[in-house]
Amino acid sequence: MEQEIFQLSYLQAIVPELLLLVVGLLLLGVDLVLPEARKRELSVWAAVGFAIVALASPLAYLGEPQFVFGGMIGSEPLNAIFAFIFAMAAFLVALLSRDDERLEPSGVYYALIAFAVIGMDLMVAATDFIMLYLALELTGLSLYLLSAYDRRSRFSVEAGMKYFFYGSVASAVMLYGITFIAGLTGQTLYLGVRYLFASAVMPAWFGMGVLVLILAGVGFKVAMVPLHTWAPDVYEGAPTPVTAFLSVTSKAAGVMALMRLLVWIWGSLPSHAEMTSLIAALAIVTITLGNLFALRQKSFKRLLAYSSITQAGYVLVGVTALSPMGLTAVGFYLAIYAVTNIAAFTVLVLVSNRSGSDWLRDFVGLQQRSPALALALLVALLSLGGVPPFAGFVGKILLFAAALKSGFVWLVGAALANVLISLYYYLNAVRMAYTRAEEPVEPLSIPVASRWVLVIATAGIILGTVLAYPLYHLLERAAMVWF
Amino acid sequence: MMPFPFVSAIIFVPFFAALLILVMPQERKAEIKVIAAVAAFISLVLALWVFIAYDRAAGGYQFEEQMAWLPAIGSSYHVGVSGMSAPLLLLGGLLLFSAVLISWNIEDRTREFFAFLLLIGVGVFGSFAMLDIFMLLLFYELVLFPIYLLIAYWGWKPLRTYGAMKLTLYLFGGSMLSLIGVLMIYFASGQHSFDMLVLQQVAFTPEFQRAWFLPTFVGFAVLASIWPLYAWSPDGYAAAPTGVSILHAGVLKNVGAFTAFRVGVLLLPEGARFWMPYLAFFMAAGLIYAAFIALIRTDMKYIIGFASVSHMGIVLLGFASLNAIGWSGAVLQMFAHGMIAALSFAIVGMVYDRAHTRELTELGGMAKPLSWAAIGFIVASFASMGMPGFLGFIAEVQVFMGLWQAAALAPWYPYIAIVSVLGIIGTAAYMLRFVRYVFFGEMKAHGTIAPISALDKVVIALLSLILIAGGLFPTTVTTLVKAGVSSALTLLGGA
Repeated sequence: MEQEIFQLSYLQAIVPELLLLVVGLLLLGVDLVLPEARKRELSVWAAVGFAIVALASPLAYLGEPQFVFGGMIGSEPLNAIFAFIFAMAAFLVALLSRDDERLEPSGVYYALIAFAVIGMDLMVAATDFIMLYLALELTGLSLYLLSAYDRRSRFSVEAGMKYFFYGSVASAVMLYGITFIAGLTGQTLYLGVRYLFASAVMPAWFGMGVLVLILAGVGFKVAMVPLHTWAPDVYEGAPTPVTAFLSVTSKAAGVMALMRLLVWIWGSLPSHAEMTSLIAALAIVTITLGNLFALRQKSFKRLLAYSSITQAGYVLVGVTALSPMGLTAVGFYLAIYAVTNIAAFTVLVLVSNRSGSDWLRDFVGLQQRSPALALALLVALLSLGGVPPFAGFVGKILLFAAALKSGFVWLVGAALANVLISLYYYLNAVRMAYTRAEEPVEPLSIPVASRWVLVIATAGIILGTVLAYPLYHLLERAAMVWF
Repeated sequence: MMPFPFVSAIIFVPFFAALLILVMPQERKAEIKVIAAVAAFISLVLALWVFIAYDRAAGGYQFEEQMAWLPAIGSSYHVGVSGMSAPLLLLGGLLLFSAVLISWNIEDRTREFFAFLLLIGVGVFGSFAMLDIFMLLLFYELVLFPIYLLIAYWGWKPLRTYGAMKLTLYLFGGSMLSLIGVLMIYFASGQHSFDMLVLQQVAFTPEFQRAWFLPTFVGFAVLASIWPLYAWSPDGYAAAPTGVSILHAGVLKNVGAFTAFRVGVLLLPEGARFWMPYLAFFMAAGLIYAAFIALIRTDMKYIIGFASVSHMGIVLLGFASLNAIGWSGAVLQMFAHGMIAALSFAIVGMVYDRAHTRELTELGGMAKPLSWAAIGFIVASFASMGMPGFLGFIAEVQVFMGLWQAAALAPWYPYIAIVSVLGIIGTAAYMLRFVRYVFFGEMKAHGTIAPISALDKVVIALLSLILIAGGLFPTTVTTLVKAGVSSALTLLGGA
């Protein structure tokens, strides 16, 4: 399995990342020369840059699945698809950041988003433990800074610090796990480790032990219980567009990295029933805990934070399946979840621009102030709740079907019970928006950039159902590469 | 040339009308109402056409349409009408139209109200016509959020938040339960298809059928208010605005019963044979229990709400008999109950709007100022207590005959039939009590009682006439139902 370290053609596999680097550096440069009054224009520049990256992302697939750069990363359709999803999320968040009146985004802000996306692209594409670790750190460091971006807010700074400390410890534990693998196998390439695992040279308890250590790093990104404790505070303290960004993208990248590890390496263990049971147990605890806390929240931002812990749990249900169907369903759900969550956070940004806070009660009378915004909130929250005709419904059924097919009847039963619980708080939030305010309200207009975000996101939520097939088919073919 | 897609038109005319309404300016209330009424009317006319044009001699599924949706997992948009679903589509059309007319004086957020109301219609038509279970579930759950919003925003203030949430969670929970069953059926079939016509051909092992019949059937039957999972129904209806009560009690419960039948009984017949004799106890208990609760409640809406739980007990018992006559009775009872429930809720709404109370003891003498309401309600009472000459009579007789003949299945079926007749006596008692307290005796309401509007009269006349006509000319419906039942029955080995 000799692999060239470098060929010129390999560069094509990292076109999205190279472009992101250029976008990031350009934004940093423009920021220096742009007068303070015109800083808001940067969001448009950034959005255009991310859109170009999204359009260029199919290039990352070289036509047939292969390893590049000495096996450090792979070039395969799934990586290109996720490069697209992350760039689109960055595009939407860049537009959204323009309309958050509590945020004063500079070039640094957008450059950090670009760098975080590079990290996440590589997390998905990594096929080597060292690469995975580097990607994780690049993502992490960019996001820590973004979370603390609002320097005037104590909560934002606190969020950045918390995120940084937790994240550093988590990735240190993961690095510790990697040292075991490197030390005992002499390998860091996934395929090499896989070979040694499959040939049963390694005892099973060793595999499980290392997995637990590595889960610390990846599970932290996913905000999987018990590594979720940072999430609510960071999500609440960080500027809302940043929260939208990290709740969607870094979770997705973490899930994909985890799934690749499980399918490629741990799935090859002669007996991996304990491993899937472990993931299944973590999934259901994640779902349930997120739900129970979300039920009690009075702040909409915090509610969304807990809800996104639950959502990640649902995705883990699909991960447990460890099958092509499971991987397809996970990809489908993550794509839908990205637009859905961004839509929900966009509504939050616009509402709190006026109210100056994130309370759920600020949503009372939203329907009178802006019927379109209330409708967008309804679409987003019901899609999160898995109510048809929105795409979240299709995504959830696909996830649960994949898990059932792999024999996890109890897991799906418990997950469905949780879907029911989550419907309670989603419906309550929707009800707030449609409840009449007692006192007269002023109309709320939607700024142009956010209008585009909402149109794109809600279109995605609805088209995800109507045109489920093309998306599913694309992901299914991409997923086959792994098996 | 492609034949005109009647069924899709029935489903999607209200859908596009709802979208159109949502983008209209809020102030154009008159136009919004007219669009809603026209859309509902088009669906009604098309459903009537399907009802008439269905080839009774040929039987089977007709008006089929199929379009690929998610071929990778074997799910498609596949609709078709059987002899059993044709009357239900017609019922849906009638009641959607009635609900729009009854809601004509909604002035608060008119746009959203009518858009959501039409969306319920979309879900109802889709659930009756869909032959693909994945799609069926999509349309089945599609009704949940409009219903929630309609009850929570336009409902009766003291109860609406609670009633709406309770109803939604119960029904969503039920469909989650069924979802597991449906997915298990999908995987166990090995056919890689969600199409019911394909799955019907699969012989599942008896063990599998016994294990998964119960969650599948009961999950859907929650929407048919099977005892003891009926608690959402009286509270939900008491909280709901009249138009929503009409649609929910009149057709949505039938969606639940019919889906439970199609997915549970037809796909897992062996499971049905095993479990139905036991479930029959719960159904009969619901029938009798709800009838006697209706006898002691004094709130008009609760009385009608419990009455509808009791009537659905008859529908479910008809399905539980697992024979032709019982099933035919069940479908007829769905049709009759839909009309009766809609008519009763419409009239309760009219009385409440004028008297501003729903307490029986505070009402009286309404027959004089509201003679249309009184006549309509008396028609509904006669039909619901199974008076000969009304549609309800034929339905109830068939259900009880079916139960009587099901003795081979379990020896206690005839006794259940006998005991269930008690429930019918209860029905007579609570309906007559209602009529006496509300329409006769001394007038207790103060002030002037506004006369019944022309649109309301249209609804009363429409529903009453169909209840009477169905009783006088039952063959229009029964031949159709027979055709549907006999093709369904072949799946049970022609029992």
